[in-house]
Amino acid sequence: MWTFWHKLGSPKWSYAICGRLQPIFWIAALLLLPIGSFWSLAISPPDYQMGDSYRIIYVHVPAAILAQSVFVAMALASAVFLIWKIKVADMAASVMAPFGAAMTLLGLFSGSLWGVPTWGTWWTWDARLTSMLIQLFLYIGVIALRGAFGGSDQGAKAVAVLTLVGVVNIPIIKYSVVWWNTLHQPATFNLTERPAMPASMWMPLLLMVLGFYCFFIALTLFRLRNELIRRESRARWVQELAG
Amino acid sequence: MAFDSLAAFLTMGGYAKYVWPAWGLAVLIIAGFTLWARFERRQLLQRLKRRQRRETRTS
Repeated sequence: MWTFWHKLGSPKWSYAICGRLQPIFWIAALLLLPIGSFWSLAISPPDYQMGDSYRIIYVHVPAAILAQSVFVAMALASAVFLIWKIKVADMAASVMAPFGAAMTLLGLFSGSLWGVPTWGTWWTWDARLTSMLIQLFLYIGVIALRGAFGGSDQGAKAVAVLTLVGVVNIPIIKYSVVWWNTLHQPATFNLTERPAMPASMWMPLLLMVLGFYCFFIALTLFRLRNELIRRESRARWVQELAG
Repeated sequence: MAFDSLAAFLTMGGYAKYVWPAWGLAVLIIAGFTLWARFERRQLLQRLKRRQRRETRTS
């Protein structure tokens, strides 16, 4: 077990493992996203109240789920980095951040567009919306802080601490619809109950969520390899890579 | 199928101006990140090769 961890911590091994795992997730994303999109947009029936405007849910929900999952993944990686001083974990956290920020932005943007025909407003200081906006600022803060330190070891530690502090916002987002019952509706999916929509609607949503997850994993593995090349550019195995 | 024709599909039951921009940004993000990551890799490898050539020449 320990030797496995040490190997995973070594840049050369990480690079190889990422390369091995990558194709599965690219292929899965390449299948799930087009099929899920076609099903969501053209096959699933319109909502009896919201009509076809509800088709925004198929990008809104995956984006919102990823916005939170990516940050949790970053926090886990940051904890591994701080406790065991494994640099690959810090690299993983750094390559995830821009995609997490993009997902948060997509969640907010698609939600605003959906709000106009259904709520009659594109923005309101509802608890879910506000906590999601804070999440976007957290992502921007993490990215900017790393940039400000210019890739130093001290900077990596500061970013990891900020990520671990920032992760308290995740339960706030999750329970915001329960604690403050304002405008945003509660979760569409949970693990214990059946969804309150027919299978023809939740099945494509499930495909989209899985597709977004697979894309995120594939992209992270790919960009982690880029980051490994960048930071280990003096190592012999990287030199051989280019030769 | 939820729509009778391509025109009906594009109109999205009158909600085209809300549905398509939301989906558009999603496509833009997925495609953009893919291209960016690939560009990043190509550039890193090129930089590495240039440096190797420089170093073999000077040594």
